[in-house]
Amino acid sequence: MTDKVMVRIDGEVITAKAGQSVLEVARANDKYIPALCYMEGLSAQGSCRLCMIEVSGVKRLLPACTTPVQEGLAVSTNSTQLHGYRRMALELLFAERNHICAVCVSSGHCELQSLAQEHGMTNVRYAYNYPKLTPDTTHPRFVFDPNRCVLCARCVRTCAEIEGAHVWEIAGRGIASGPVSELQRPWGEAASCTSCGKCVQACPTGALAEKGWAVEEMTKQRGVVSTLNTMREGQ
Amino acid sequence: MEQNVQEMHEAPDLQEARKARIGTCWLDGCSGCHMSLLDIDEAIVDVLAKADIVFGPLVDAQEWPEGVDVAVIEGAVSSTDDLELATKARERSGIVVALGDCAVTGNVPTMRNGIPTRALLERVYVEGSDEQQQIPTDGVPALLKQAEPLHAHIKVDVHVPGCPPKPETILYVLGELLEGRIPDVGSRQRFG
Repeated sequence: MTDKVMVRIDGEVITAKAGQSVLEVARANDKYIPALCYMEGLSAQGSCRLCMIEVSGVKRLLPACTTPVQEGLAVSTNSTQLHGYRRMALELLFAERNHICAVCVSSGHCELQSLAQEHGMTNVRYAYNYPKLTPDTTHPRFVFDPNRCVLCARCVRTCAEIEGAHVWEIAGRGIASGPVSELQRPWGEAASCTSCGKCVQACPTGALAEKGWAVEEMTKQRGVVSTLNTMREGQ
Repeated sequence: MEQNVQEMHEAPDLQEARKARIGTCWLDGCSGCHMSLLDIDEAIVDVLAKADIVFGPLVDAQEWPEGVDVAVIEGAVSSTDDLELATKARERSGIVVALGDCAVTGNVPTMRNGIPTRALLERVYVEGSDEQQQIPTDGVPALLKQAEPLHAHIKVDVHVPGCPPKPETILYVLGELLEGRIPDVGSRQRFG
């Protein structure tokens, strides 16, 4: 029984498997922690900072998706303070690039937008950055619009871990960083891309989309990535 | 009979509180938010029972009046005229409502922000035109360097996102404000 640990999430004692993250344990026990870069079936990277939690005995906040459970761990996932920080992180995501929902194929089916709604967001308190970013429309079936990207890197992880093609990577540094296909070759010329489209399904916003959809028309099958992973684990 | 009518008009109704004064304006936007305001349909009669609309595209006033209770502003701040009107509306109004995505986030008007103003105007009025290839200057306000949301320039009290916001949301917001309450918009209207 050494692989079982007892943890306390928001006061409730829960039995978890060693090696699981706090986020996985919370979700398995119907406790909701918001997250954007996390996707079931992909490795966790802790970059979006939305799943930040308070851990007793630790002075700083930790991301639930990359914090493994351990015996006696006690966490708080839903305080007013956390809610405020999460809203701040969301507003910064909106301010960083040009998220113009009114002209986006994913409006109404967008995880960023849903999270904003969930956090009661009605405006962004920070100055907008308005970067000049050009969409890549060279792929015959898909389009990459960096204006809508939140740098969650789900596309990078899906392509590497599920498809095994490694087309996407994050290039650049700091605020200038972003996904590039095949070492900055236009997506349509990326020979390693199998055009499977799983990166498009994994993308939480309209940054990666199928061509041919109008505003609000693109819905994504987010279960695809998680299901494939589960099927492979079962083999 | 005539005298009675006269008396009715002149007699102050002591039961009725002073009617609130609403001003609306339309900066860099498409008027869709004003259309959504009109889409509250017959409910506008109830709103007008409690308030007068004293300025806006639907009213024939030339100058934003003093003593407005609620200013409802659609559109981003994009030109010198937009900035002047927004500033005046702020100074002369109690509560300022940013109505719709352009006022709240900047929305579509901000898509020009990555292009220098001069290059933008030349592309549209010189390269993009077959006749009279010149940038208009007479009777049109100068563009600001960037289109920005309302709160980048003036204090905004209530943000109502949506492109456009739903008529029910607008009616709820007006209803709450006219009752002296600040509406909770976040739970009723999707952001963006």
